Amino acid sequence: MKGQILMGLNGDEASAYATKQVNPDVVAAYPITPQTIIVERFSEYVADGEVETEFVAVESEHSALSSCVAAAAAGARAFTATAANGLALMWEITYIASSLRLPIVMAVANRALSGPINIHNDHSDSMGARDSGWIQIYCENSQEVYDASIAAWRIGEHPDVQLPVMVCLDGFTLSHTMENVLTLPDEAVRTFVGERKFIRVRGQSGETELRLNPEAPLTFGPLDLQDYYFEHKMQQVDAMEQALVAIPEVDAEYAKVSGREYGFIHPYMMEDAEVAVMGLGSTMGTVRHVVDQLREEGVKAGLLKLRVFRPFPSKELVKMVGDLPILGVLDKSASFGAPGGPLYEEVKTAFYDEAERPLIAGYIHGLGGRDTSPDLIRGVFESLLGVYERGEVRDKVSYVGVRQ
Amino acid sequence: MSRQEPGWRELPRGAVSTKSTTEYETGDWGIEKPEIDRSKCTKCLLCHFYCPEGAIRVRDDGYTEVDLRHCKGCGICAEECPVKCIAMVRKK
Repeated sequence: MKGQILMGLNGDEASAYATKQVNPDVVAAYPITPQTIIVERFSEYVADGEVETEFVAVESEHSALSSCVAAAAAGARAFTATAANGLALMWEITYIASSLRLPIVMAVANRALSGPINIHNDHSDSMGARDSGWIQIYCENSQEVYDASIAAWRIGEHPDVQLPVMVCLDGFTLSHTMENVLTLPDEAVRTFVGERKFIRVRGQSGETELRLNPEAPLTFGPLDLQDYYFEHKMQQVDAMEQALVAIPEVDAEYAKVSGREYGFIHPYMMEDAEVAVMGLGSTMGTVRHVVDQLREEGVKAGLLKLRVFRPFPSKELVKMVGDLPILGVLDKSASFGAPGGPLYEEVKTAFYDEAERPLIAGYIHGLGGRDTSPDLIRGVFESLLGVYERGEVRDKVSYVGVRQ
Repeated sequence: MSRQEPGWRELPRGAVSTKSTTEYETGDWGIEKPEIDRSKCTKCLLCHFYCPEGAIRVRDDGYTEVDLRHCKGCGICAEECPVKCIAMVRKK
């Protein structure tokens, strides 16, 4: 598309730059590695007068998200960013933001949760928040971070959705690694995101917009007991179902502006694949490299990159997998005591009722930033080829790259 | 749960209240209620400001008045009154 400028940006800078172009009303944030560059850059935009944003320097992540809840309830576009223990400290507010249906956008520079303390990448932080009612988008590179950081507003604010959105980028691997990023002109971004639109609700003083307004008062966050809480949770369940419809709409509109097409799942070399690996985030770049190598060696390898984890696109997944016989699922977080990693469990659930389904094996890798090398991915494919030959999965879940 | 309660499709999103809090009468929660002796009251209005329920109104004549439909009988007004003209008395 015309007018786009190629910039050298790391993942954090791509998030900050996109957010600058969106020009949200409020950014409330607290620094934490590897997210810090996002709010650091953004505070410079504020200081330099490049945005009209009110920047709230809070004393903790709990306050950061609380401020965003208040701002979003008042009708503002509110943004924050965090990682690992910062997200953990936000925990109770993540559920409040989604239940109050506040379309906040938050960048999560994925980092391993303490302890022992570790600053490097895995997905234990955002995977722990997978039931909090937020939409979750996982990015493979800085370009995807930039694009998701713009599209997220339209997805969250979609009238049928009205949910907060996490844009997840792998700590250091993306957050601190400079890449070429095609950026839209400011005007194109502002036109695309437009003004925040409000749904109408029936409140205590009649029908009004869902936001705090002294002219038409609303009570946000009331006590909600046995008689109403379940109904409000059903509305959140429904909102995620609606997001499965809304996300492709927003993606299609964004593709018209940017020329970059996104979906729930990005397949690669899947048409005739006999063995494929599925996963999230930057690891999938490494997997693509290995798929290319294996193809040169005559192995019919493929990959499925999941971009949207919440809502989980089960139908889309089943369709894309088709008659693939063997599927390996990469998880960059462990769920202690569970049958497997979070993605593995979702994938198996998606296929349980299907008459035609692949053999599925889970691989947990990269905890605490342990390097996931091409050799390691090659080992995963070799393991899957062994499953193919035997016709059965012996180890449902393997831990790869860990010293025995 | 009664059948006339609305289903999830009908309820406003965001869990906003459909009724004003003024319609929730909390006046029967407490065992005591404040009684104001206006002969000693200096109209300082501290009881009005301290009341956590907003249940103490200011009348046109400058004296305060307790809305017993909402007063929970916490006694903060009596505690804060600088001239001790508010007494907490047991409800009959």
